[in-house]
Amino acid sequence: MSRSSVYAIDIALVVLGIVVVWQLLHMGAGDVAISSPAATALRAGELLLSDAFWPHAAETGLALFYALVIALMIGLGVGTLLGGHRLSGDVAEPILVALYSLPKITLYPVILLVFGLGLEAKVAFGAIHGVIPVTIFTMNAVKNINPVFLRTSRVLGMGPMQTATHILLPATLPEIVSGLRVGFSLTLLGVIIGELFASHRGMGFLVMRAIGTHDVTTMMAVTLLLAVAAVLIASLLLYIDNRLHRRV
Amino acid sequence: MTGEIHAHLTRVTRVYPAVAGNPPVHALGPIDLELRRGEFFAIVGPSGCGKSTCMDVLAGLAPPSEGEVSFEGNPIRGSVPDGVGAVFQEDASFPWLTVWDNAAFGLRRQGVDAAEIRRRVEYALGFMGLRDFAQAYPAQLSGGMRQRVCIARTLVLQPRLILLDEPFGALDAQTRLLMGDELLRLWRETGATVLLITHALDEAAMLSDRVGAMSARPGRFLETLETGWPRDRDSSMLEGETFGHITGRLWQLLRSESQAAMGHHPDAAQGGTRREAG
Repeated sequence: MSRSSVYAIDIALVVLGIVVVWQLLHMGAGDVAISSPAATALRAGELLLSDAFWPHAAETGLALFYALVIALMIGLGVGTLLGGHRLSGDVAEPILVALYSLPKITLYPVILLVFGLGLEAKVAFGAIHGVIPVTIFTMNAVKNINPVFLRTSRVLGMGPMQTATHILLPATLPEIVSGLRVGFSLTLLGVIIGELFASHRGMGFLVMRAIGTHDVTTMMAVTLLLAVAAVLIASLLLYIDNRLHRRV
Repeated sequence: MTGEIHAHLTRVTRVYPAVAGNPPVHALGPIDLELRRGEFFAIVGPSGCGKSTCMDVLAGLAPPSEGEVSFEGNPIRGSVPDGVGAVFQEDASFPWLTVWDNAAFGLRRQGVDAAEIRRRVEYALGFMGLRDFAQAYPAQLSGGMRQRVCIARTLVLQPRLILLDEPFGALDAQTRLLMGDELLRLWRETGATVLLITHALDEAAMLSDRVGAMSARPGRFLETLETGWPRDRDSSMLEGETFGHITGRLWQLLRSESQAAMGHHPDAAQGGTRREAG
C-alpha cells in the first residue's frame, strides 16, 4: 500500500472517530445542546447554497486576509530587525513572550473604542493575535541563521540586497512559514472572537445570532464550516512547512 | 622553491576588541607570509592559535589591526578580492538548493550566461564525483559529499587563490585522506595557489609544498618547512620515510605550543625556552 493511501486512510479514520464521538455526544445531550452530525451537515449545505450566507463568509475572509497581511508585515519587519540586532532581540524576547501569553480578549474593549464596531476592529484584533508568533519565529530564524552562510555570501562578493534575497530569505523561510502557520490559527481566532462579541456581520456574528434564537443546528453548522476551512488552510501550511523543513 | 609572490601578509596583527567587559584578544601576529603563485601552502598550529584569523585576514573577511595584506599586488581592504575562493570547516552548502544549484549559485549571482554555467557546473560536479547526485539536496548527502559540494561551488568560479579553513575537519580519517587526494588533483588541474588551514599534521605534510607551523596565541610562524614533494603526488606519500620526518619535525615544533594552548606550561616543567617567531 502506498504512503498516500495510508495517509488517506488515517485521515478517514480520524474523521470517522470525530463523527462517532459527536454522534454519541448528541445522543447524550440531545438536540437542545448538540445537533447530530447529519443534521449539522445538512444545515451547512443549506447555508452554502443560500445567498444570505456568503456576505458573512466574505466579511470574515476579508477581515482574516487583512489581519494576516498586517501580522505578517509587522511580524516579518520587527522580527528581522530584532533578529539582526542581538541585544535588541535579547531584550525584546521576554517582552514578546509575556505579551504572547497575555489574554488579548482584555484588550478588546480598548480596540472597540479606538476602531468602533466594524471590519477595522476585527482586523486589528486578529492582527494582534497573529503578529507576536510571526515576530518571534522570524526573530529566532534570523538570529539563528548559520553564520557560515553570511561568510559565504561575502566570499561570493554578494551585496546586501543579494544576500537578503538569495540567502537570508530562503534560509529563514522554513521558520517563517512555521510562524505563519501558528499566526494563521491565532489570527483566525482573533477575528472570530471579534465577531462573536461585537459585530454586525461575519461568521462569528452568525454563531451569536443562532445562539440568540437558540438555533443549535445553525450554530454548529457555521462552526463546522469554519472548522473545515481552518483545517484545510492549516493543512496546506503544514504541508509547505514540512516540505521546507525536510530539506534542512 | 621560488616563484612569483601571489599573496602577501606584511607585519600583520589582528586584535579582537574588548567585548562585554572582557579584555581585547590579541589573536594573531605580527606575522609575515608570502604565498607563491601555484604553490600549496598549509598552516598548522594548536587550537585557537589564530590560523583561521590568518585566513580571514587574507580573504578580506577581517581587516588586520596592523600591517598590510595584498593579493596579486593589490592591497586587500574590507572586501574579498576577485579571484579568491574560500571553503570553510562548517557545512556551508545551502540546504534549500539542490547540489546542481548549489554549485551554480556563485556563477548565477555574477550573471554568467546559462550555457557557460552549465558547462562549468557539469565539469565541477564530475570532477568532485557528484554528477549522480546533481538533483539531490544536501540533507540527503554525507558530510564529505556536502564539503565536496562547497568545493565545487568554489571551483566553478575558477579562483586563482583557494583558501581552505579545515575543510575536512569534521570527516573521518579515511575520508580525509581520499578528500586530500581529490584536493591535490584539483590543485594540479587548476594551477591555483592553495592555502590550507588545518590542525592535522599528517594532512599538512602530505598535501603541501610548504608548511608553516604556528605558535599558540597570538599566532606567529615558528618555522616554515619545505616538504620537497613532486607536484604529481597523492596519499601514497604517507608510506615514505620523508613523510615521517616532516610530521616528526612539525610535532617537535608544535608539542610545547599545543601544551601551552591547553593551559600546560612546558617551560616550567622541562626548563625549556619557547621559540621566537620565525
